[in-house]
Amino acid sequence: MMKPLSRDALARMVALHLPNEGFVNLGIGAPTQVADYLPSGSGVMLHSENGVLNVGPKPPEGQEDWDLINAGKMPISLKRGGSYFDSSLSFAMMRGGHLDVAVLGAFQVSREGDLANWTTGDNGSPPGIGGAIDLAVGAKSIWVMMDHTTRDGRPRIVERCGYPLTARKVVTRIFTNLAILDVTDNGLVVDALLEDMRVAELQALTEAPLLALGKVRTIKQDGAVLA
Amino acid sequence: MRNVIVRDAGAAVEGIKDGHTVMVGGFGGAGLPKGVITAVLDKGVRDLVVISNNAGSSDDDLSLWFSAKIVRKIICSYPRSAQQFAEQYRAGTVELELVPQGTLVERIRAGGAGLGGFLSPVGVGTVFADGKEKVTVQGHEFLLELPLHADFTFIKGHLADSLGNITYNKSARNHCVVMATAGDTVAVEVDRIVEVGELDPENIVTPCVFVDRVFTRNL
Repeated sequence: MMKPLSRDALARMVALHLPNEGFVNLGIGAPTQVADYLPSGSGVMLHSENGVLNVGPKPPEGQEDWDLINAGKMPISLKRGGSYFDSSLSFAMMRGGHLDVAVLGAFQVSREGDLANWTTGDNGSPPGIGGAIDLAVGAKSIWVMMDHTTRDGRPRIVERCGYPLTARKVVTRIFTNLAILDVTDNGLVVDALLEDMRVAELQALTEAPLLALGKVRTIKQDGAVLA
Repeated sequence: MRNVIVRDAGAAVEGIKDGHTVMVGGFGGAGLPKGVITAVLDKGVRDLVVISNNAGSSDDDLSLWFSAKIVRKIICSYPRSAQQFAEQYRAGTVELELVPQGTLVERIRAGGAGLGGFLSPVGVGTVFADGKEKVTVQGHEFLLELPLHADFTFIKGHLADSLGNITYNKSARNHCVVMATAGDTVAVEVDRIVEVGELDPENIVTPCVFVDRVFTRNL
């Protein structure tokens, strides 16, 4: 069987699915990498919660402007037609349903699309929520991007989240290093699966029940998906 | 004519007292009025309640206030990578009120706009709903979120004139714009001070009515 997708291949797979000309927010961490794999000429416009629309790539070394950063507090650039605005307006864009897709990392996602991505409840270190919850509640589509299981092989796609929730019934699509799942009223539907993997094998790594209703697309090792 | 220019950061924070509530602008280092950080320390005040997006992550930001143990409580959204804060959090010597970022800025907006609060869908069905009044409007559940106001607001702008009109630089405007509306005394650190009339009225983001003091470290 093929290996699970690399972080880069997973980012590429997500990037290839984003709607052209869509307004998209990429969460802190792995989702930020999706920007590097947008096809050239892509009309996707990236939003950053700290008040930037039409985020461009990281500037060349030595040309960073620390007044122009992303949600992860790393230097960015602005594309032509980009704009700056204050945090209130930025979160109005999120909560008000003006963004088409938010791509977020997660610890767990439930069968019904509950999202747990802000704390594992470990009291040792202070929790941080940032803008994750505002995005999860407000964007038109919430896509999760994560490894299919924990490092020690336990499912992250579960019946009910064990970790504190970010929001209930918000996730619409799950991209993992093994599969793409759609969250539907009937349950989790397998849209695409790693080449040579069987649905039964994916089910063994997934606590929530999976449905394979129509044709399951094939995920190649580089993150491309074949119909 | 009105002139809100003060000579330095020390003059900008004059009047701050033990127990005051203080808003500090910025998202990470962008929009953070760094000159104010040391000026407040120099005043020797304690028991501050701080409202800010983050809780410091380097040696020239709010971390200095946590090292000096002058903060009693922080209201913020993302106190991660904040070593000095984390030490006191673990020791139980500082209180944390964690607020989703959009709710934080909107509570400040309510405080500055004379509103009694607002209804938000953010946090429904999570621990962020604990202790909050729930209101159902047109079949949808919301949480009643209460306004935030401060004795002092400290923010960073780009340009100011002596009336107190402010422009910002790129993503450094973040929380500063709304915080400028919600403090009894609003002090703004800027990169440069220009003559009245030099700022294009179309580009002024914070009109001078909100601003009490302006200073720059770049004279």
